Amino acid sequence: MSDLTVSNTTLALGFVLVLIALGVGYKEKLHFNKDIIIGVIRAIIQLSIVGYILKFVIKADDIWLTLACFAIIVINAGWNAGKRGQGIPKAIPISLFAIAIDTVLTVTILVVTGSIKFIPAQIVPFTGMVASNIMVAIGLCYRNMKTTFADRHQQVLEKLALGADIKMASSDILRESIKSGVQPTVDSIKTMGLVSLPGMMSGLIFAGVDPVKAIKYQIMICFMLLGSTSLGSIIACYLAYKQFYNEQKQLNDELFS
Amino acid sequence: MEIKHLNYSVEGQDILKDINLDIPRGTYLTFQGPSGSGKSTLMRIIASMINATSGEVLFNGKHLSDYEPTLYRQKVSYAFQQPTLFGKTVKDNLEFPFLVRDKEFDQKLVTSYLEMVNLNESYIDKSVNDVSGGEKQRIALLRNLIFPPEVLITDEVTTGLDTDNKVIVHDLIDRFNEKRGVTVLRVTHDESEIAAASHKVTIESGEIKDV
Repeated sequence: MSDLTVSNTTLALGFVLVLIALGVGYKEKLHFNKDIIIGVIRAIIQLSIVGYILKFVIKADDIWLTLACFAIIVINAGWNAGKRGQGIPKAIPISLFAIAIDTVLTVTILVVTGSIKFIPAQIVPFTGMVASNIMVAIGLCYRNMKTTFADRHQQVLEKLALGADIKMASSDILRESIKSGVQPTVDSIKTMGLVSLPGMMSGLIFAGVDPVKAIKYQIMICFMLLGSTSLGSIIACYLAYKQFYNEQKQLNDELFS
Repeated sequence: MEIKHLNYSVEGQDILKDINLDIPRGTYLTFQGPSGSGKSTLMRIIASMINATSGEVLFNGKHLSDYEPTLYRQKVSYAFQQPTLFGKTVKDNLEFPFLVRDKEFDQKLVTSYLEMVNLNESYIDKSVNDVSGGEKQRIALLRNLIFPPEVLITDEVTTGLDTDNKVIVHDLIDRFNEKRGVTVLRVTHDESEIAAASHKVTIESGEIKDV
């Protein structure tokens, strides 16, 4: 494990790559330098704080502290996914609900099957991994749903006018939105090992675990992520599409103005 | 169909003002008036696509809001000016009314309807991208009529169609009005349609000027 030590010099040299990105952004007038600087500062501060908190939580090994970490991760993921659904009523509570149910279910299965132990050193990273993947998936679902409802506004109206229920009138949009959320996970799984070696597997190999065992672990994670992003996308989409309609099953025109 | 003291306003602007109408079953009523006078808004309210700000729409003696919206729209069907055909094929569109009613697709019935608008059975499997504007409007109207509604609302459905297509559309609507007793509420700007109409309502600046 001592091989994994990152010296301050290494870190400073790594920062040169950020400076290169900033230089390219400035020269090409890409207007993302402000975002890069804020992102880097946030990452340093957030990770430093989290590092110290995790150190404390892992050392304390307390069930309530572990559950508190779990809740904080889920709430943050739900909040951030919800923000990507700006314009969809109740986007934040919906994503919070979907991520909470999905993460609890996934982590419970992992703990019950003995894949991970209910200790902070394992629960916290796994919760983060599951919740962040669902967060990204739900964010994509929301974005796709908003765009597609706007693009197919007329078609939805026509289906409603023919007497279709809101689910039938939105079925194409619902299907495509769920697909848009799950697709990145499916794509990454398809190329796993060929294009990228996933973080968890790389970490285990770095730490000296037999690569075959690490791969087995990674396969389990793939199943878990595929299942959780699918379930999260389905829950969020099935709750979110209804927000585009009012009680009289009419399209909520305020969302499109 | 009865409309009582119906008003509709958006952001303080009155679009419809105190509309009162009594439409007996089987009537063919033509709504005319300048663009922006509120004709289409009135039709959308009657079709339960939007809600009135105040007033009542009574259908068969029952308030519109007391109906289950999807069942009401199956009885009071709204046809759009520039319809889109959804899915990939014409079948996806003509099958839709069956799916809405949870019924099996009846190819024989659909073929007989296609023939009413001078299209043949081969159209069922045609791609929606391979039909002309006039054919598209005819197919879209069939979606409204395969299960005949009690009221058909047509919102400028002949706008942009050539004479031949207009005649086919008129014949279809007349047929359902005369033979099946379907009440027709037609919005039009077409001078010949207005001239030929026996029952007319003129709407100007959101008010009924002439019945």
